[in-house]
Amino acid sequence: MDNRNKILYAGLFIVGLIAPAVVYPIFLMKALCFALFASAFNLLLGFTGLLSFGHAMFLGTAGYITGHTVKVMGFPTELGILAGVLASTVLGYLVGSLAIRRQGIYFAMITLAFSQMLYFIYLQAPFTGGEDGLQGIPRQTFLGIVNLEDDTAMYYFTYGVVVLGFWLIYRTIHSPFGQVLKAIRENEPRALSLGYDVDKYKLLAFVISCALSGLAGSTKALVFKFETLTDVHWAMSGEVVLMTLLGGLGTILGPTVGAFIVITLQNQLSHLEGWVTVITGVIFVICVLAFRRGVVGEIAALLKKA
Amino acid sequence: MKRKLISALVAGAFALAPVAMAQQKPAAGKISDGVVKIGVLTDMSGLYSDLGGQGSVVAAQMAVDDFGKTVLGAKVEVVSADHQNNAETGANRAREWFDRQQVDMITDVLNSGVGIATGKIAAEKKKLIMNVGAASTRLTNEDCNPNTIHYAYDTYALANGTGKAIVKQGGDTWFFLTADYAFGHSLESDTGNVVKANGGKVVGQVRHPLNAADFSSFLLQAQTSKAKIVGLANAGGDTINSIKAANEFGITKNQSLAGLLVFITDVHSLGLNTAQGMLLTDGFYWDMDDQNRKWSKRFFDKMKKMPSMIHAGVYSATMNYLKAIKAAGTDDAAAVVAQMKKMDVSDFFLRNGKLREDNRMIHDMYLMQVKKQSESKYPWDYYTLKATIPAAEAFQPLAASRCPQFKK
Amino acid sequence: MTEIFGIPLQAFLSQLLLGLVNGSFYAMLSLGLAVIFGLLNVVNFAHGTFYMLGAFGAWLTLQYLGLNYWFALVISPLAVGIVGIIIEKTMLRWLYKLDHLYGLLLTFGLALILEGMFRQQFGVSGQQYQVPDALRGATNLGFMILPNYRAWVVVASLVVCFSTWYVIERTKLGAYLRAGTENAALTQAFGVNVPRMVTLTYAFGVALAAFAGVLASPIIQINPLMGSNIIIVVFAVVVIGGMGSILGSILTGLGLGVIEGLTKVFYPEASSTVVFVIMAIVLLVRPAGLFGKEK
Repeated sequence: MDNRNKILYAGLFIVGLIAPAVVYPIFLMKALCFALFASAFNLLLGFTGLLSFGHAMFLGTAGYITGHTVKVMGFPTELGILAGVLASTVLGYLVGSLAIRRQGIYFAMITLAFSQMLYFIYLQAPFTGGEDGLQGIPRQTFLGIVNLEDDTAMYYFTYGVVVLGFWLIYRTIHSPFGQVLKAIRENEPRALSLGYDVDKYKLLAFVISCALSGLAGSTKALVFKFETLTDVHWAMSGEVVLMTLLGGLGTILGPTVGAFIVITLQNQLSHLEGWVTVITGVIFVICVLAFRRGVVGEIAALLKKA
Repeated sequence: MKRKLISALVAGAFALAPVAMAQQKPAAGKISDGVVKIGVLTDMSGLYSDLGGQGSVVAAQMAVDDFGKTVLGAKVEVVSADHQNNAETGANRAREWFDRQQVDMITDVLNSGVGIATGKIAAEKKKLIMNVGAASTRLTNEDCNPNTIHYAYDTYALANGTGKAIVKQGGDTWFFLTADYAFGHSLESDTGNVVKANGGKVVGQVRHPLNAADFSSFLLQAQTSKAKIVGLANAGGDTINSIKAANEFGITKNQSLAGLLVFITDVHSLGLNTAQGMLLTDGFYWDMDDQNRKWSKRFFDKMKKMPSMIHAGVYSATMNYLKAIKAAGTDDAAAVVAQMKKMDVSDFFLRNGKLREDNRMIHDMYLMQVKKQSESKYPWDYYTLKATIPAAEAFQPLAASRCPQFKK
Repeated sequence: MTEIFGIPLQAFLSQLLLGLVNGSFYAMLSLGLAVIFGLLNVVNFAHGTFYMLGAFGAWLTLQYLGLNYWFALVISPLAVGIVGIIIEKTMLRWLYKLDHLYGLLLTFGLALILEGMFRQQFGVSGQQYQVPDALRGATNLGFMILPNYRAWVVVASLVVCFSTWYVIERTKLGAYLRAGTENAALTQAFGVNVPRMVTLTYAFGVALAAFAGVLASPIIQINPLMGSNIIIVVFAVVVIGGMGSILGSILTGLGLGVIEGLTKVFYPEASSTVVFVIMAIVLLVRPAGLFGKEK
């Protein structure tokens, strides 16, 4: 990592540390979890070229499993999160193995369909609480010492988790494995002809993305202390696509920027209720037609010209 | 590289953009934050919007205006929001209201799932929920907490009223069509218990999603069961659509429908020709006596429709809340609840009303029957009073409570 | 009373009929999707929304123009078709040169916009639409009572689907369409106005969805969410059938509707997920889809 990048990331890190002093911690935590979710999604879409339209199922599954293990089975927080991540990883492997069999658009539709199937299963399964959701998830403590019920303590815990997740994504992208992924995104037949087992790479990228999405979901469930069907609904899958697209596909910080923008918008416009859907749709359309590089992508292009 | 630096600044700016969201510390003193804010959390646009919705906001504001708009020197404000029948949306709104908007009490609520979720948040933040609209008995049993008052009615009262009356009339085999969430499950289970306790049998049930688009396949299952009574454990738009579909499929020729939660607004939607003869349990009827008529006319002038039990309940809850604050000298939730348990809460809505130790507000309930079109003499003249169920009988006895605090 | 596996014949056949009705909708919608995908290479996520628009069109035609169902069957699809033309000419057109995924994303955004606007205007409770007088009531066939309107839906959709298939597979117009799908540049070189054909194909596809919407109006609650509820099942249908074949889409749609109906009789809890389970199985056994040709 060159010096300028080091300064950049250090600066961001510090901003994150002091942010809860000025901004409502619950809002920040929500944005951070979604930033991780979007970044994990970007690993798949921006860097491997696979559009999953059902990524919500990994967010929600991890959230439900964590919630259940912590609330009903009495797991400590760390194990609960681990359980959630494990669940979404396994689910990712199962869904990925089936979905990888088809390309492009079909891949997207298959992931969407599986996500919907899981939605209906969770709707009926007693352990999720169906429409009522899984309520009253305790945060307990971190390593038995730090009481996470306090919002500020929870913030720093969340921050740590999310930074860890980012670091993992960063390392994945800047590794030989990540290079092959980019090759697959650019030109899959050529990567195949060079001897790479493209399907294995795609599946591995998929599973990593699912695991980190699960991490975001598990943490979010603990932040809000409940988990509902909203997290497995296809609208949530669409939202993460929007965050990534808006922020900048294939950029490192893009999804984070996109997540913060979307969460802020939803927050500020919440009194408009129904119009939020319309505005989300308009942003989608504008991004696809005229703003495909996203915020970070456009800024980067501007700076290149300068 | 420069571009990374700039993007970092942009990202940082977005993170700090909502600077206006600084947390306020509550002012020391009798009234927290110097203002009494009442939040009406309801369904503004969905299948329950007629039962609560804008009418609840109007009712709350009427109470504030009638009380005098200030209490103990502090202003009283009413805010409102739409929870869209989504537990997460409702819970997040409640959390934000309590944390950042200085809301002291949330009322209406209307959806049992939202009620359970917001109740937990209120307990955590030590604020108050006066839950008028939600029905599930879980609110005073499995999910009880000292910061939720279950105000107007619950599924036990409905089961005890309508369920018992129908079984006594000869409807002893039941099939339930249940809305698949807390409210539906509660209503189905409480009514099932009443049916069995009175010598009847439950032969089957089917769950339908909230706000289902098409009831045909569910009703076919009801028809197959051959039960005498098809119990509709749902409400609002779902009940209306179930009844309409049942008529379409000719189910009503051989079986009777039991609307377990029916509001006057539903009857208005269905029309007397479809709804006539239906038995229902209600907590309020606008035309019952002069006191009700007087208040209801004021409501009608604002909303152009007669108030439901929920609208009247929200008015009563808001009024009693303000009275309790005045008498207790503070708006601290625990003190207000204690005060309400001591004081006489009876008004036009709460006849023989009393707030029990388990936060269940008890009051008289009424068994009504929908009039025939020929019997109705003027608009909204829909009900005949069949029986008054006294407060002590209408609700689940304290001895049977499943709330951990009161369980024997 | 005769019984099949413990279910009375009447109930069994009624659920089967309901399944066939649902299947007709799946068939019409997946047919429209297949036609649009074939020529434009765009997966029209907004397809469900056009279905919803068709239903609202019928309701609005009645409310504001005072015209009944039979007019609505013509007016609503026409109006929606015009909306389709506008969308194709102003927005979709720019995306053909890009990755197919952008088409999906654009139509997704459009679906959100339209659904959100209608939701704002009408709320989520349904609007009522009456069954037209000529089709009211039921016929007693002896072994079951057949609601007339639902029988009409099956008949109408079969007619429309097979007419579409006939036009595409057996007429000159259809030949141009198929040629354009295979090789747009070459077809253009032969003098066929391919861009116009593309626009009209999109319009036709969405008009077909709108027609399905009008047919659905008297049966289900017309509400802004009806499109998104059905579109994802239609996607699964399309993956199972494979989008290569027109006939395949029709048959798969009908077949899955019937299977769903049967599931409701014997194992209702699984009825909402059975289509997806079948999709998983098909993916394992025959990834290209039952009738598909891998591109």
